Amino acid sequence: MQFAPVFPEMFVLAMVSLILVIDAAVDDGKRYLAYALSFVTLAGAAFLTLHDFSTLPVLALGGLFIGDPLSDVLKLFLYLTVAVVLVYSRDYLRVRGLYKGEFFVLALFALLGMMVMVSASHFLTLYLGLELLSLSLYAMVALQRDSSVATEAAMKYFVLGALASGMLLYGMSMVYGVTGSLSLGDMAIALQDGTDLRIPLVFGIVFIVAGLAFKLGAVPFHMWVPDVYHGAPTAMTLFIGSAPKIAAFAFVIRILGQGLESQVGDWREMLVILAVLSMALGNVAAIAQTNLKRMFAYSTISHMGFMLLGILAGSQNGYGSAMFYVLVYALMSLGGFGMILLLSRAGFEADQLDDFKGLNRRSPWLAFLMLLLMFSMAGVPPTVGFYAKLSVLQAVVEIGYVWLAVAAVLFSLIGAFYYLRIVKLMYFDAPVDTAPITASPDARVVMSVNGLAILALGIVPQPLMAVCIHAIHASF
Amino acid sequence: MLNNLLSLVIWVPILAGVIVLATGSDRNAALARWLALAGALLGLIVAIPLATGFDTATSAMQFVEKAAWIPAFNVHYHLGVDGISMPLILLNSFITVLVVIAGWQVIQDKVAQYMAAFLIMSGLINGVFAALDGILFYVFFEGMLIPLYLIVGVWGGPNRVYAAFKFFLYTLLGSLLMLVSMIYLYFQSGGSFDIQTWHTTALGMTAQTLMFFAFLLAFGVKVPMWPVHTWLPDAHVEAPTGGSVVLAAITLKVGAYGFLRFILPIVPDASHELAWFVILLSLTAVAYIGLVALVQADMKKLIAYSSIAHMGFVTLGFFLFNPLGAEGGLVQMISHGFVSAALFLCIGVMYDRLHSRQIKDYGGLVNKMPVFAAFFMLFAMANAGLPATSGFVGEFMVIMAATQVNFWFAFVAATTLILGAAYTLWMYKRVVFGAVSNPHVEEMRDISLREILLLGVLAVCVLVMGLYPKPFTDVMHASMVDLLAHVAQSKLP
Repeated sequence: MQFAPVFPEMFVLAMVSLILVIDAAVDDGKRYLAYALSFVTLAGAAFLTLHDFSTLPVLALGGLFIGDPLSDVLKLFLYLTVAVVLVYSRDYLRVRGLYKGEFFVLALFALLGMMVMVSASHFLTLYLGLELLSLSLYAMVALQRDSSVATEAAMKYFVLGALASGMLLYGMSMVYGVTGSLSLGDMAIALQDGTDLRIPLVFGIVFIVAGLAFKLGAVPFHMWVPDVYHGAPTAMTLFIGSAPKIAAFAFVIRILGQGLESQVGDWREMLVILAVLSMALGNVAAIAQTNLKRMFAYSTISHMGFMLLGILAGSQNGYGSAMFYVLVYALMSLGGFGMILLLSRAGFEADQLDDFKGLNRRSPWLAFLMLLLMFSMAGVPPTVGFYAKLSVLQAVVEIGYVWLAVAAVLFSLIGAFYYLRIVKLMYFDAPVDTAPITASPDARVVMSVNGLAILALGIVPQPLMAVCIHAIHASF
Repeated sequence: MLNNLLSLVIWVPILAGVIVLATGSDRNAALARWLALAGALLGLIVAIPLATGFDTATSAMQFVEKAAWIPAFNVHYHLGVDGISMPLILLNSFITVLVVIAGWQVIQDKVAQYMAAFLIMSGLINGVFAALDGILFYVFFEGMLIPLYLIVGVWGGPNRVYAAFKFFLYTLLGSLLMLVSMIYLYFQSGGSFDIQTWHTTALGMTAQTLMFFAFLLAFGVKVPMWPVHTWLPDAHVEAPTGGSVVLAAITLKVGAYGFLRFILPIVPDASHELAWFVILLSLTAVAYIGLVALVQADMKKLIAYSSIAHMGFVTLGFFLFNPLGAEGGLVQMISHGFVSAALFLCIGVMYDRLHSRQIKDYGGLVNKMPVFAAFFMLFAMANAGLPATSGFVGEFMVIMAATQVNFWFAFVAATTLILGAAYTLWMYKRVVFGAVSNPHVEEMRDISLREILLLGVLAVCVLVMGLYPKPFTDVMHASMVDLLAHVAQSKLP
């Protein structure tokens, strides 16, 4: 029995249990213990992942689990993302009385779920990871018990999430019925030469794609996204908006790209519809928002539409570009929500568009970093967001869908408007809020690195791109 | 050193901009100004060897640099200049120095950011002219929008937000479609983003036509061509003086440059087929926009419309497909760079004193500002296309070329000689001549030494180019002849 690929997961599980016990025993003054232990967990997991880095796909736990370059690279980015989330959220959580062991435990359980998702090679493990992630996220959103908005958001998230899981399971059962296997590898082999049961198979794929679209937040399955992003405490929104997207990408790639690879003709057309609708609705609806978190929620929808462009290409190039897109998106999302957290303080959320007015006068440096983030989200060079868009567009043109590329750039033109509006507020307008910015030094440093990475990766995009392409090529 | 000349031309201003930015708040404004001037001058100095070391006998790319940049996409850091792009780089580096000096006293708010924005933009524009790789070109082409957006929006006039958005979104629309065309070309050319490879890539007529329109939108918006010109008057009016100067003198040239580097050589058959379309738009710009300029009450708006009309000559010259017309267009580009820069500086001089751009607020300026009036006169004449000024040369060449193709093209184009003189000189008369019209004008002081220096340098350029244009045409001749020979060959498979 092969165990090495599962070591990071085992380590994280052990550490979460440890944190749970320790945190129960200490009082409020010693919360930094949980904080520090969380970083130890992430560092240890990163070490284990690097130590046993899989250069070739390795099946473990009797085929339930796979360790390949794709999963290992994505796991490393997951650790990084979660670490940045912890740094950004600390002060925010502390002043709101949420700085408790529960947050760290839930975040790490969610991480464990994501790790299982990216490494799953079996419908059971995929679903297990997804549910572990989702349940942790539902609880995180509801963590602020005295906030009715947050509770409502958690409720919506839970109900719609459960519905999506149900759809997914139903679709999986149909596919199981056709192929007779829950393992992605066996499924791919069974479907290689076609099947007589095309109708049940396509029927199943429809439900699987719908479930996936729910989890990604693609139109028309996006309804939960704005409410949850808006209602959840910003630290939780930051978490939901970053790492889980990476895991969701892996989830889609595993099911569609590996298990149902031969059915690309069936699911491509579905993804085309999802992608076009997401880019259209996400970008148009974002214009109307006055709340920054809600605006980012719609922007996320449109970004997921863009990422789907890479996946629907159905080629290794396309998967590589989608992977690049989702990693870049996670980086930008961290920066965007992180900035809201940095500007917030006790009793002030800084999540209205007007709260960013005149930021250039209050803090030229933070304004500059936000400027980079906004132009990156809009896909304007020389920021890395441009290369993300370029790579998915290239994948789409490669399969001959030039019209789709044209549609995508036109929607991104609409999107440019609301990103520019943030820059306008920061640079052209006078500040309304003149209170000093109280962000802690470590959060500022991380934010600087985050923002400058957007620019640095824009000037030298090759390394990250090479990592993505290599990870995909070596895993397929 | 000489091997990396183009890199220096691009990166020196950008680095200088970053250094200026680092001086921080307005407490260090003086330092920021001097650093900016040093950076701009250094940028000009490193650009001069491009002219002195330029071989006018060849149409091949010179000062070439090539290194792998994004191997995943086969994108290279590939730079080079020919007779078309080299003069534009010099023009840009030169104008940057003027812009820094022009903003010396006027800009008192966020000085470091202002100067840095111009320096960084200058480097990016040099990159646009030097890039020989499609993606590299696009990065510079789009990247320059960011500083320009901030310049218009932060230091602009009352309606600056509208102008900045309009300008940004308009230009983004065009360039995004160009991006799709570039990706398409990448696959058609067998996986290359090299612009010179695209020049030889065979393309069917449908693809050529679609790409023609995508590129036309991208570059036509920048030029700007009628009817996608409407962002320009807004941006010009709201931008600070330096912003207007760069917009008129440089960024419009980026659009025209795109015609020569992309549209004509990449889609030659569609260009021939649809030349009538571009010529129609160009002539509309010349005649109709000339009339629009006539009725403007705002001086900046008047010059903005006059820019559109003059750029109509440039595109007209390019699509006549003969060397005289194409070279005339390029000469007109350079000349317009000088003249429009000078006119916007003149308006800036007046605006700094009276804080109005309305023609009716002025009158009798010559009584109080005789030296300024003399300079203004020269530039107004150049704008009207008076012989012996640079404005005459390009227009004359294009009209001559148009006569060879079709008499009526030349006839409509020649209306500019009347209209241009009418709107420019009429404005000049109302602003400068006559008795002193109001007490505010009475208080105006003549131009300072700094302003004399600014306008004097441009006056020399305008006159030299008007009296002896041969050095300019010599530089571009080989490249232009080669380009036209290339365009004459069909690329249909």
